[in-house]
Amino acid sequence: MLSIKNLHASIEGTPILRGINLEVKPGEVHAIMGPNGSGKSTLASVLAGREEYEVTDGSVDFLGKDLLDLAPEDRAREGVFLAFQYPVEIPGVSSTNFLRTAVNQVREYRGLEPLDAVKFLSEMKEKMKLVEIDQKLLSRALNEGFSGGEKKRNEIFQMAMLEPKLSILDETDSGLDIDALRVVSNGVNKLKSNENATIVVTHYQRLLDYIVPDYVHVLYKGRIVKSGTKELALELEEKGYDWIKEEVDAAV
Amino acid sequence: MKTIQINKATQQFLQVQPAHSSFSNLRKTGLEILEQEGLPHIKEEEYKFTSISRKIEQQIQDYRSASSVKLSADQVSEALFSDFEGDIIVFNNGRFEPSLSRVSDEGYTISTLSEAASALLGTIANPEADPFIALNNLFFEDGIFLKVPKGSLVQKPIFLLHFNQAQEGQAIHARVLIEVEDQAEVTLLENTISLDEAAYFSNTVTEVKVGSNAHAHYYRLQNENKQAIVTNNFVTDIHRSATFTTVATQLSGDMLRNNLSLNLLESGCEGNMYGLYLLNGKTHVDNHTNVDHTKPHADSNELYKGILADSSRGVFNGKIFVRQDAQKTNAFQQNNNILLSEDAIINTKPQLEIWADDVKCSHGCTTGQLDEEALFYLQARGIGKDQARGLLLYAFAGEVLDHIAYEPFKAYCIEMVQERLGTQF
Ligand SMILES: Nc1ncnc2c1ncn2[C@@H]1O[C@H](COP(=O)(O)OP(=O)(O)OP(=O)(O)O)[C@@H](O)[C@H]1O
Ligand SMILES: [Mg+2]
Repeated sequence: MLSIKNLHASIEGTPILRGINLEVKPGEVHAIMGPNGSGKSTLASVLAGREEYEVTDGSVDFLGKDLLDLAPEDRAREGVFLAFQYPVEIPGVSSTNFLRTAVNQVREYRGLEPLDAVKFLSEMKEKMKLVEIDQKLLSRALNEGFSGGEKKRNEIFQMAMLEPKLSILDETDSGLDIDALRVVSNGVNKLKSNENATIVVTHYQRLLDYIVPDYVHVLYKGRIVKSGTKELALELEEKGYDWIKEEVDAAV
Repeated sequence: MKTIQINKATQQFLQVQPAHSSFSNLRKTGLEILEQEGLPHIKEEEYKFTSISRKIEQQIQDYRSASSVKLSADQVSEALFSDFEGDIIVFNNGRFEPSLSRVSDEGYTISTLSEAASALLGTIANPEADPFIALNNLFFEDGIFLKVPKGSLVQKPIFLLHFNQAQEGQAIHARVLIEVEDQAEVTLLENTISLDEAAYFSNTVTEVKVGSNAHAHYYRLQNENKQAIVTNNFVTDIHRSATFTTVATQLSGDMLRNNLSLNLLESGCEGNMYGLYLLNGKTHVDNHTNVDHTKPHADSNELYKGILADSSRGVFNGKIFVRQDAQKTNAFQQNNNILLSEDAIINTKPQLEIWADDVKCSHGCTTGQLDEEALFYLQARGIGKDQARGLLLYAFAGEVLDHIAYEPFKAYCIEMVQERLGTQF
């Protein structure tokens, strides 16, 4: 589904990603871990199409298409969803209007009829239950004045509405208390199927108790330096990253 | 005495001034001020970003007042918006056009200034405050006097509709006097339609008195042709416990200068000024606002927002004057701008002069670009870039239009704004 080959990207001339290789198949869950500043969010942003990053080498194939060639909105329409580490507050844009515009533009791209107001609302109600998000929140401007946890919940709610094929969750668990974490991961798990895949970026093994990964990768200095199964996450939780850093730095 | 070089625009106007006027006192003071001060020269502080005299010299061929032009009922109805049901007061090159107006007189009266001979005329707009008021005093031939008598609640809004078309660039001097007597209420709308694309210079004076516990709303659209040079002098006296709200939406013109003054003359009154300018091309819009708090317990609120594209230019100058007597004043002012192009310019300046000690006063201004983070966020959800930009810009602009309480006009303004945001920016 997603095939990243030798991906290099830099920002303002500084290389951040230095040769990422990753294969994700339908139905899989991949966890990406790694120390602060190792490039996890950069990878997520590059996949979503953020223009500040310059891809200097490598390729990304998504369902047979050259992902890097698509505008951010077309990537979303093709089925890539990024849950932002820091969702943006957008005053003056109502959550509902925003979502309806988004859902209908995605549907249009996929050759589907737009949802009318009634259908859209019932769809919304259903998905709201999934992430236990309060209706009141959605009558406000998009993310404006939302707490950290509310923003994260809203990301997953949007994901539920847009029905992506590949979801990239960038530290969706950070700042969530255990109840919120349970709710959010429940939502993610319910949306999982054999056809879609998930990449979770996290610092904490705790999330992986709820969203169980098939693979765990460690990103360090812009490269995936170690991959394993969920046991790797446990090991990292216990030992930290120093041993990996040493291994890598010694090899250089 | 300082010697002032009277500029060419002033000289030209003085040459073609009318020989007499039914308003001889106003004419006399206007003439004196113009002869002494002249129209603003380039170094004039109040006009330093807006060299309107020079603009007039460049664009205006004939300084005489434009005479009325042919105007049809169809042209008037085309200028209306859907769901509008109120009365219409039509101006033809600044002159009242009764045959095309629709005046029910329900809850108010309308007459020409010469018929009315109101003692109020000329007492609200002080010609010493601005030479363009003096110029209007010298030139206006007649105008309208709209009076809402004591306690009258005018149910439907009254639409002042100006049609402008001047041969070879002539001048248009409209004059309006509005008296909202004690406890009365009215909503006024105003729009100016340029009948062709030719240059003209329009210099309007509107005086408004809002009596005790009266409430007036004034919503205006400025969307004149790309050659129009406009000075708009709008002065309101607000009395005890009265409220006055104005919302101005500015979309087009060559050079527009709006002098908007609210005089909060008694305690408990409230003055609100909201403005939105969406500029493109080379349009230059200068909003000079002035609120004068003279007595205790009065409030003023001001929000002006601008989106500037291409090589347009905006000027915002917000003066708040709180006199010594005006304790317990609340005065808020905000000016926010988005520049969409490297060539667009905004000059924004709050000017606070506070002589009372127990006041709440705040002001702020921001100038920035479109929020790229927000744009990306919307795109990342599948919303196309143009639409995402439109959504964000409209979210920014909408805050001003939300203050239009008369829904059909609000919808009309929103439609115009959205059209602009969708296509031109
Ligand atoms: N706009 C920018 N300009 C310069 N450097 C940047 C910019 N954005 C990110 N970086 C740098 O890129 C590197 C990778 O950042 P990134 O946000 O991808 O890390 P991360 O792995 O997500 O970290 P965290 O765990 O803290 O979220 C960091 O060193 C960061 O300082
Ligand atoms: Mg990160």
